[in-house]
Amino acid sequence: MKAMSAIAVGALVLLPVAANAADPPPGATACSGCHGSSATADTPVPKLQGRDAGETVAAMVAFRSGERPATVMDRIAKGFTDDETRLIADWLAAQK
Amino acid sequence: MTTAHSRRRFLRSSAALAAAAAFPLPALAQKAPRVLVIGGGFGGASVARELRSIDPKIHVTLIESNATFTACPFSNAVIGGLRDLKAQQFGYDKLRAAGVNVVIDTATAVNATSRTVRLGGITLPYDRLVLAPGIDIRWGALPGYDEAAAAKMPHAWRAGDQTTLLRDQLVAMDDGGVVVMSVPANPFRCPPGPYERASLIAHYLKTSKPKSKLIVLDAKDQFSKQRLFQNAWKELYPDHLEWVSLSAGGKVTSVDPATNTLATDFGKQAAQVANVIPPQKAGRIAEIAGVANQTGWCPIDPVTFESVLVPGIHVVGDATIAGAMPKSAFSANAQAKVCAAAVAKLLTGAKPQEPRLINTCYSLVAPDYGISVAGVYAPAKDMLAEVKGSGGVSPLDATADVRAAEAVYAEAWYRTITTEVFG
Repeated sequence: MKAMSAIAVGALVLLPVAANAADPPPGATACSGCHGSSATADTPVPKLQGRDAGETVAAMVAFRSGERPATVMDRIAKGFTDDETRLIADWLAAQK
Repeated sequence: MTTAHSRRRFLRSSAALAAAAAFPLPALAQKAPRVLVIGGGFGGASVARELRSIDPKIHVTLIESNATFTACPFSNAVIGGLRDLKAQQFGYDKLRAAGVNVVIDTATAVNATSRTVRLGGITLPYDRLVLAPGIDIRWGALPGYDEAAAAKMPHAWRAGDQTTLLRDQLVAMDDGGVVVMSVPANPFRCPPGPYERASLIAHYLKTSKPKSKLIVLDAKDQFSKQRLFQNAWKELYPDHLEWVSLSAGGKVTSVDPATNTLATDFGKQAAQVANVIPPQKAGRIAEIAGVANQTGWCPIDPVTFESVLVPGIHVVGDATIAGAMPKSAFSANAQAKVCAAAVAKLLTGAKPQEPRLINTCYSLVAPDYGISVAGVYAPAKDMLAEVKGSGGVSPLDATADVRAAEAVYAEAWYRTITTEVFG
């Protein structure tokens, strides 16, 4: 009985840590491989951090459907669902 | 002392006992968790920097043998005479500024039980160890090819002096010479790398030594971005590049540095310049730490990149068996960020999240002609598998403008990723 309640409390303690809202959602950290997070690199590839989430989602949807011409983003956009894309876009928008 | 007293009282409560069971040592000990990273390439430097950015309380030490890192991506352009080796070189000052303790030394032993690493007479403790050792050459796996042979027949598969040696040999060669490249069976670092190199050597020959020729002897019938490369070769280098597949007798079975000759089952090929890309394995420390299996590479958990052979040790980059993810700098950087997030979670006893990874690899076929392969990856059955419907290579029928754009994006990618990791 005692052991069981200890486990239950342990699980409660763990929950808030595991669901940290500031954590980047799956896939989000990979973007900066090409989309620089600092302004110092000379690149024609747009910076995504701080960008409006709606814009990022719209671009990804258009890349996935082929409506917007792309070199690699069509192939990458197809690896993410609408929900996953939205989470990534929201996280990117919140970055400096 | 009040603090110690209240702490003891706190420890007596059942909640604290539960926490003690759920959280491993570092959280309760209130000591900064220590992470050691061995290897300062794209994978290791990224892990170190990312960990500091996730949680500045984590004490991160990066152990690297060389004070200057020489990057492999774009080193084929150095060999082709399009780029200076200096553009490939980076130091660790920005990592130091980010709070990473950078130690230029060579780790010689790993004790996974006491969780310590030995280097240069000192022993460093760790809570989590991350290995990013890249590749080592399997000396002797190709008969005749040892370290002495590499001084005559460069591999140039670890960038630096070997890159310069191959470049210098091409420059010194008389017009009319035969360059021979040997390509190993899978797996090896940078799957499209040999074919990008073949392209840029052919470009150099075509523009500077037009009576010369490159022969590529391959231990495979299929390779990365194959149709894209072969179409481009037909168009750009019909007289300067000949690719000999495995089934056409291309597999090199031995080399003789005394005569600069490569042997196949069907004959011998003498070379004025011989570039032997040899069979490879995970970097030295992987074997020492016991995280490499019989293949020579390191099996990992696809969520945390923790070794499936030795707990507490994570492996990222070229040294890993990462399922569908190729051995590339982009992969190493993406894996490093996932690994750092997982390590930070594990240090506090939290559960790492299921990751999603991306790879994008550009190859130059000519200075203004780029092609790419991209993929999105997720854990599936203890491996990293490509997400269905995603990924693939550049279109076969793209216009010259698209090829030129991909060449521009290739260089932009290099500047961006090296800025993120080293700048």
